[in-house]
Amino acid sequence: MKRIEPKHPLAIRWFHWVNFPVLAVMIWSGTLIYWAYDPYMIKLGSAVLFKFYPTSFYNALGIPHKLANGMAWHFAFMWLFAVNGFAYVVYTVVSGEWRYLLPNKHSFKEAWQVLLHDLFFSRKPLPERKFNGAQQIAYTAVVVMGIGSLVTGLAIYKPTQLHWITALCGGYETARAIHFVLTIGYVLFFLVHIMQVVRAGWNNFRAMVTGWEVVNVKPKSETP
Amino acid sequence: MSLEHDDPNFQREVRKRSIKSFAWFFLAIALVVAGWLWLMSQPDEFGANRALRRVLRFNETVNAAVKSPTHLAKTFDKSQAVKNVKVNGPYGLSDGFDSTSWKLRVVNKGWGADSVIYVTLDDIKKLPRTDVVFDFKCIEGWSQITWWSGVKLSDFMKQYNLGSRNGRTPNLDDVPSLTNYIGMVTPDSGYYVGIDMKSALSPQTILCYAMNGNPLPENQGAPLRLIIPNKYGVKHIKRIGTMRFVDRRPRDYWFERGYDYDCAL
Repeated sequence: MKRIEPKHPLAIRWFHWVNFPVLAVMIWSGTLIYWAYDPYMIKLGSAVLFKFYPTSFYNALGIPHKLANGMAWHFAFMWLFAVNGFAYVVYTVVSGEWRYLLPNKHSFKEAWQVLLHDLFFSRKPLPERKFNGAQQIAYTAVVVMGIGSLVTGLAIYKPTQLHWITALCGGYETARAIHFVLTIGYVLFFLVHIMQVVRAGWNNFRAMVTGWEVVNVKPKSETP
Repeated sequence: MSLEHDDPNFQREVRKRSIKSFAWFFLAIALVVAGWLWLMSQPDEFGANRALRRVLRFNETVNAAVKSPTHLAKTFDKSQAVKNVKVNGPYGLSDGFDSTSWKLRVVNKGWGADSVIYVTLDDIKKLPRTDVVFDFKCIEGWSQITWWSGVKLSDFMKQYNLGSRNGRTPNLDDVPSLTNYIGMVTPDSGYYVGIDMKSALSPQTILCYAMNGNPLPENQGAPLRLIIPNKYGVKHIKRIGTMRFVDRRPRDYWFERGYDYDCAL
């Protein structure tokens, strides 16, 4: 037997899909800003493994000399990012959705099993819950990252007015570095998220649009 | 339990509900695309998209409302200041400038049409000297701890009776009674900034003639530049030629090139 069961509340779906283009604009405009002073790189000893970013990357995407443009977009869309994120957190807390989302003491062990399963090292079936341990950790982490972006963003946006936030972030330079690393984090999250959504299939994806999914149920459990 | 044995009614129900939800979904996407196209169709206003420009104005209003005059830029010990101070922005520093004959030209709203005063560097140096060691922040994103010395702009205004709307003795404690802005322009008019009065009166805002304890180098804006730690470097105009106390927002070089006006930190 199959049955239609509610999965994602309407509000959550709104927050999710609003965040997608807004975060895209924030990352893009942030990259335009970063170009104007781009000191970050991954080094091994004195050897540069990767520079953020190579000139070819900038040129291919038409990034150079758009600092003013980037700032205008960034400081306009920051409001949407903040308001949407704030509404999401408030809704999640008030509605009780946080119960599915927050990792518990079993999540980390389970996340390891999910990882082994997803990398084809293990054939054990995944736990049949709304969010498994790996998802709980990832989705909670990305919310914490969002708060981190907001805080470090304020720290570099108004370092005199909000000097205590800047100090809290370890200073101006450190705040900027954290702000950048978090952005890289979103990009990595996005890549894994897309892969997982593709793997999980249509029923799972559809639920983020429609709110419900089709589940298999045993006939005897069907009686109300 | 497998798909093949599904009830056709169930499948129809799933399809019906899916189509309905996705119709809403695509409608929402269409609205976002329409909003995007509208945004992109907005004309430029001073180098920035007009709609975005409005948000930047709103941000400045928010900042002006919450701005506290007691919030000062963090200061450092002179020993922490870098020796190699970065040189950025040659705008307004054209060749053929004679620093020996330089005088600061000052105009105040409320004075007679042709009233101007000229102040020499020696006169400025007679006023109390103030040192500011702070983390100089460029709008590009880099920052440097640097040491600057000069005269507090507020001391300068007191000394020469500048800033009031009627041209008489100003009351610097009553900001609304003063002109809204100070406009500063290089002698060649190649670079120009506008400073709001509240920021100008900050005890850290100085008319600067020395860097790292030595006379200000030519490429750092000798003989006199502005140091205003609560704003990005673009506002720290080098080689000030004329200073005007005005109510109307003065022209600003980088504002006209797409940046926000205040550049407040």
